[in-house]
This record gives sequence, C-alpha cells and structure tokens, in this order.
Amino acid sequence: MAARDGHDRGAASREKRWRGLDRLARRDRPSRSLLAVLVLAAATMITLDYRGGDDSPLEPARAWAGEAFGPVEAATAGAVRPFAAVPEWFRSRQDLRDDVARLSSENAELRRTVNGTDLDRNRLAEYDGLTRAASDTGYALVPARVVGYGPGQSFSHTVTIDAGTDAGVRADMTVVNNDGLVGRVVRASSSTATVVLAVDSESVVGGRLGSSMEIGFLRGRGMVGERGRLDLDLVDDSVVANQGDVVSTWGSRGGAPYVSGIPIGKVTAIFSSPRETSRRAVVAPLVDFTALDLVGVVVPPGTDSDRGLVEAGGRDR
Amino acid sequence: MSAARGLVALLVVSAAVVLQVSLFPHVAWEGVVPNLALLVVVGAALVRGPETAAALGFLAGAMIDLAPPADHIAGRWALALVVVGYLAGRMRQEARPSATAVVATVAAASFVGSSVFALSGLLLRDPVLAVTDIVEVVLVAVVWDVLLTPFVLPPVMALFRRLEPAKVAW
Repeated sequence: MAARDGHDRGAASREKRWRGLDRLARRDRPSRSLLAVLVLAAATMITLDYRGGDDSPLEPARAWAGEAFGPVEAATAGAVRPFAAVPEWFRSRQDLRDDVARLSSENAELRRTVNGTDLDRNRLAEYDGLTRAASDTGYALVPARVVGYGPGQSFSHTVTIDAGTDAGVRADMTVVNNDGLVGRVVRASSSTATVVLAVDSESVVGGRLGSSMEIGFLRGRGMVGERGRLDLDLVDDSVVANQGDVVSTWGSRGGAPYVSGIPIGKVTAIFSSPRETSRRAVVAPLVDFTALDLVGVVVPPGTDSDRGLVEAGGRDR
Repeated sequence: MSAARGLVALLVVSAAVVLQVSLFPHVAWEGVVPNLALLVVVGAALVRGPETAAALGFLAGAMIDLAPPADHIAGRWALALVVVGYLAGRMRQEARPSATAVVATVAAASFVGSSVFALSGLLLRDPVLAVTDIVEVVLVAVVWDVLLTPFVLPPVMALFRRLEPAKVAW
C-alpha cells in the first residue's frame, strides 16, 4: 500500500516535470490554433459585414459601440478642447498684425470686385440670395461639435459629432458648417452620430455648377488637408467648367441625404480625355476638413431636440 | 484574478481607442494619427507573448472597427492587429528588450499592421485609393508610432509586467 502510494507520488512528480517541460516547449512555439481561431474570427466579421451591406449583422454591434464609446469620446474631446487652443496663446503681435494686413488687403480686393461688377450682376445676386433664403426656410439646423476623427490609417474619412437621435439627428441627413457642405450622417446613436465627410472616397454628392446650372457628380479622393480634392464628373460632356466656378449641391428627393443649394467647393482644374465620356473637373472644397469643430445637421423644422434648433433666418428656438 | 486582468487590459485598449479619435486629431498630419491601440498590442506582445497579444489585438481591432466614427468594413483592423500581436509576440525574449529592439519592433509592427489593413481594403475595394497615397499614409503612420513609442511603450510594458501571473519556479 505504502509502496503504491510512493509509486503514485513518483508518477505525479514526473507528470509535473513533464508539464514544466511542456511549458518550456510552448514558450518557444506559440499555439497556432489560437492564431487560426482569431484570424478566422476576423475573416468572419469581414465577410458578414461585406456581404451584409447596409443591414449587416454587425450593425447592432456598431450601434452598441456607438452608445458605449460616444459619450466617452464627447467627454474626452470636451476635456481636450481648451488645450487645443494653447498654440493660439503664443501668437505674437507681429503675427496678428500680419493677419490684419492680409485681411484688409483681401477685404479691399473683395470690395473692388463687388464695386466692379455691373448692375445686372448685383441684381442677379440679390435674386439669388432671395431664392436661397426661400429654399432655406424649409430647414432647421441642429448645432453639434466634432468630438472624434477617424484615423487616416483607416483610409476612410469620418467624424463623430456630439448630437444623436436625442437631438433629432437620423441617418442620411446633411451636415454643413459656415463654409459649406461637410458631409452626411451615416448612423446615429442616442448621443452621437457618425458623419462621412464629402472628401471620403466612398462619398458621392450631386453637384451643380453655379455658372451654367449644369449638374454632375462629385466624388471624394479620400485625402484631406492640402490634397483634399473632389472630382466633378459633368453629366453633359459638351459643358466646360470654368476655373473658380462654385459648385453647390443639387439636392435629393425629400432632402435626404443632401439638401439643395449648399456650396461645396470651387473648380480648380479641368481635365478631359478622349476615352472618357465626360469631362472631369477638380474641385477644392470650401470646408477645411482637418479643422472641423462646430457643424450643423439639417433637420426638418419642428424636430424634437434636446438642444436649441437654429431655424432659417437666424431665429433661435 | 484572470477576469480582473482582462478587465484592466480592456480598459487600457478602450482608452487608447478613444484617445486615438478624440485627442490626437489635434496634432494629426493630414488625418494620420499615432495608432495607440497598435502600440498597446505591441507592448503586450513584448511582455506577454504572442497568444495574449493576438487575443488583445483582436479585441482592440474590433473596437476600432466598431466604435464611432469608423465606417469601413468591420473586422479589418481586427485582422491586422491579430497579425501584429502574433508577430510582435514572436520577438519576445526572456531578457528585457533593449530600447532599440522595442523601437524596431514598433516600426515593423506599425508597417505590417497598416499594410495588412490597406491590403484588405484593396482586396475588398473598400477605399478606392491610389497605391502611392496608401504607401505614404502607411509610412507617416510608422513615423508617428515610432515617435510615440518612448511615451507609450514603457508604461504599457510595465503595466502588463505587473499583470503577469507569478511564474512557477520549476
């Protein structure tokens, strides 16, 4: 009996030693099965999302992540915002003076242009302003701040804003700022929403040339900053866009995803190739996509919102 | 104990993902920011080895894929960071890695991670971008990650060393 116990103990200790050796071996050769499982899991996620399209099985997970991460992102951005202004403190008087000189020369030039245009031009501008105001009356804006930028490494240009379904924001709504078109909402959680910028390579916006009222499609190039440009394909290839022409949205049915008359950018260059059926114009966006902060989401008037709506004509509600 | 360890790792990764979208865009170069989640995964890999790092990489990647404002096909960063975690984990040695080794691992990991992500995008035609633009973004990302290494990797590695279960003396 005692001998048997001893034998057992011997076997147990030998086993322990083997397990130790196993651990040593495992340290050198990590388990391939775990890697395979994880890679397969990632591949499954990709396939589900790729095949699913808009109603992919991962949308609930995205919505959940939006609920969880949205408030945290908003809080972080709020905490960081004061520090982002720190470089401004170090601007010298000379810098400011240069700014004033530059702005006053620009102002003088603009004034000269305005005075130089003939009466018809001015009258047309007034009519234009009038019609724009009239077409604007149908909308209201939900003010929001940008709280998160998608990393450039993801190659898709999206931002998080701190207004969600509680503020009346839904998918497929137009987002603007005071320079022009920013993009459209793709999905909204209760407190935040994801916005695809107009420069994203997946973004297509219907645009109208200001000079000839011709329509075309603007595609983002997927770059921001200095090289953030949009390509305009005109539907009618006999029309030539001019440099400096302003392109505005021509709007979709029911104002979703884009309402009409929002300025997008200016034509900077024109290409035409015999192989392509349409001419391509390069458009520089009016909005600085690397420095987005305050934006407005276009909503129907009278939308229930957790914040004050900005109604057309500057009225606050 | 293991659940607590997992929770701490989860918190670190979430913090990295949030800072990546909310803090670093203020210093971004044409939208490219340091990939903090990748740095955390590399830190875990150098201390804990390939298995933990690959699992953590999957978690971090899935978070980047799903948390707003991501809108690419989900699972692509998860795949990239699993590969990064596994490969960086193979670099682990018994001795503490030297600073040069850490920086080299981060640079290689960042290059591999961004490239795997970009390649999956090319295969799925997710972003339609020119290859030269992609290469440029990947290289800028490597520079960012290396610049951030001295500030991120030491605390992350110290944290994961503390989380490591006591080794059995055999």
